Amino acid sequence: MTPALIEARGLTKHFKVGGLFSHTLLHAVDGADFAIGSGEIVALVGESGSGKSTVARLLAKVHRPTSGEIFSQGRPLSSMRSRRQVLAYRGDVPMVFQDPFSSLNPAYRVSHGILRGLILHRPELGRAERAAEAERVVEAVGLTPAADVLDRYPYELSGGQRQRIGFAQALAYRPKLILADEPVSMLDVSIRIGLLNLMASLRDREGVSFLYITHDIASARYVSDRLLVMYAGHIVESGPTESVLADPKHPYTQLLLSAVPDPRAPLAVQAAEVSEPPLMIEPGEGCRFRGRCPLAVEQCIEITPRPRELAPGHSAACHLAGRVEAGR
Amino acid sequence: MPAAPVLEVRDLRVEYVTTRGAVAAVDGVDLDVHEGEFVGLVGESACGKSTLLFAIAQLLSPPATVRAGSVVFRGHDLVTMTDRQLRSLRWRDYSVVMQSAMNALNPVLSIGAQFEDALVAHTRMSGRQMTERSVEVLRLVGIDPIHLRSYPHQLSGGMRQRAMIAMALLFTPDLVIMDEPTSALDVVAQRSLMVQIKDLQRRLGFAVVFVTHDMSLVSHFSDRLLVMYAGQVVEAGPTRTVFDRPAHPYSRGLLDAFPSVRGPRVPLTGIPGAPPDLARPPAGCRFHPRCPVAFDDCPHVAPELYQVGDARARCLLHAPDRSAPTTSAAAAVPAADPADDPADDPADDPVGESAGESAGEPVGARVGEPVGAPVDEPAEEEEVRR
Repeated sequence: MTPALIEARGLTKHFKVGGLFSHTLLHAVDGADFAIGSGEIVALVGESGSGKSTVARLLAKVHRPTSGEIFSQGRPLSSMRSRRQVLAYRGDVPMVFQDPFSSLNPAYRVSHGILRGLILHRPELGRAERAAEAERVVEAVGLTPAADVLDRYPYELSGGQRQRIGFAQALAYRPKLILADEPVSMLDVSIRIGLLNLMASLRDREGVSFLYITHDIASARYVSDRLLVMYAGHIVESGPTESVLADPKHPYTQLLLSAVPDPRAPLAVQAAEVSEPPLMIEPGEGCRFRGRCPLAVEQCIEITPRPRELAPGHSAACHLAGRVEAGR
Repeated sequence: MPAAPVLEVRDLRVEYVTTRGAVAAVDGVDLDVHEGEFVGLVGESACGKSTLLFAIAQLLSPPATVRAGSVVFRGHDLVTMTDRQLRSLRWRDYSVVMQSAMNALNPVLSIGAQFEDALVAHTRMSGRQMTERSVEVLRLVGIDPIHLRSYPHQLSGGMRQRAMIAMALLFTPDLVIMDEPTSALDVVAQRSLMVQIKDLQRRLGFAVVFVTHDMSLVSHFSDRLLVMYAGQVVEAGPTRTVFDRPAHPYSRGLLDAFPSVRGPRVPLTGIPGAPPDLARPPAGCRFHPRCPVAFDDCPHVAPELYQVGDARARCLLHAPDRSAPTTSAAAAVPAADPADDPADDPADDPVGESAGESAGEPVGARVGEPVGAPVDEPAEEEEVRR
């Protein structure tokens, strides 16, 4: 089997919190194992502060993992030392940011960012080829006429158009995987769908993979092939999107699903949940969801659950998953 | 409802004075809120929904001014009142929950001190009474009173937003105006906050005007829904009616814009195009450049709010006096769609489909009753969706 595009094994990132001499650690990501193949959209879903963005930053080589390793097509990232290797990797795995209003430089025309990226990551192209390539990627993200769009300043574009420019910049590097960190959460509901459709079409036409980070499980379902659910630094459930959503095994996934407003379904009336913040600072052993879990038992306090495969390709990190379904 | 509304907004027009002339962000809006009612106000960014809220609460600052219309709250027209007169109503009778609690709360004062500020400004109470009241409202929203001594940064996003709501309830007002209070929260916190707001509203009986761009959020909580587009109300009606049978193509577009977590995965299109520049709104119907069912009259005739069942919609498709040629034009354009080979039509999306149906409908409807006709159309749509 060919190695996956990106594979993370035991990926862990701890941040020091508190004062200068503090030794308190915040466990942002703990022992995450996952792989992303080529031409697939993987959604990473979780609430604010669950470590989703830290995963993206680890993959983008912004942070160095505390422990564990990331492999890019079989090669460990920690072995990439030279500037050329790092540059090549960054071109393979670019990032699209959440806020389209602050991620483009307001002082330069749209073409600037794209052309600079091309000079840096594809030095073999001549000036005319770069211009042609810039037009191609702008057209690929659905902005026409491309030459006209390239000549504009960011303030002349709407939020949705700016976010498309973000994708065009990433696309210019001929990437293998685009890390999209909440790319649509700042946009209007009516415009979001257009960008999700764009991601799907780039996957189909350009063969790019995406790591789509979001807290909106409905949009994750709309666009993704596989789903990773994250809670307090742990990947608690993973599997093919439809399989996870049709039969969520982890109580947290079930909670997430029940929270999605769906005007087409009647309201399942439930009491306001008094939520305990997730345990992330020096969490120690045990399941990190236990404080909010309706099913928690003694075992959950003592032993951290490991992911278990419960259906083909579908695993959950819960002691009770698969066992409680009969009682549910 | 027999009683007079708590809030009556009539023909309100708010303009921003700019170098390019006056821009009407709110243009002729009517809105009634009855006692204990939950009214949802939805629309895209820049449709004027926040300006409307600020105009209701009389919080507008230059260059925005109320040009025309009235905001009658409990018999007083807030527009003509002086600041001094307003002070006796503000916070005691109506309060506002702002969008981002992180910015709305003062970062260098404890929650308790900020509650006290509000209490001191609007009432005479002893220190002990103020503490008692603060503890009481914090308990109401499910926050441990120990947090009166906490600073905003020590609370989670959801707790901060709840603290804001507690502050708005210090005087048990008749009306609480909420501007996207949940937009900074993730789905789980969002849902739990909505359930809590609804629960408080039932227990304490205040009315809510709730602004959001996410229509699905209010679907289970609001009694009535107003959809705004380009400064105007384009559809108003009972929430269930608007969701089950959206009469305006824009409401339908909004409704079809978000994916569902249940049922089959259907390709969606959202609403193509962008909201218009309010300095130069399109002639005729303001939605016509983006409308999938626009016909000949739409760029020329400005629609009014027409009665459609128990809702009202600002769309010429529902004009009662539509002349025969208009109807045939409406039917002819989309009717060509299904006649074409549907396989090679890439625009074969939910919006486009419904376009064909709803536009085709009035032909038969003119024979029968015009109002009842659109009713069975969304039922088909429902089936398609599931």
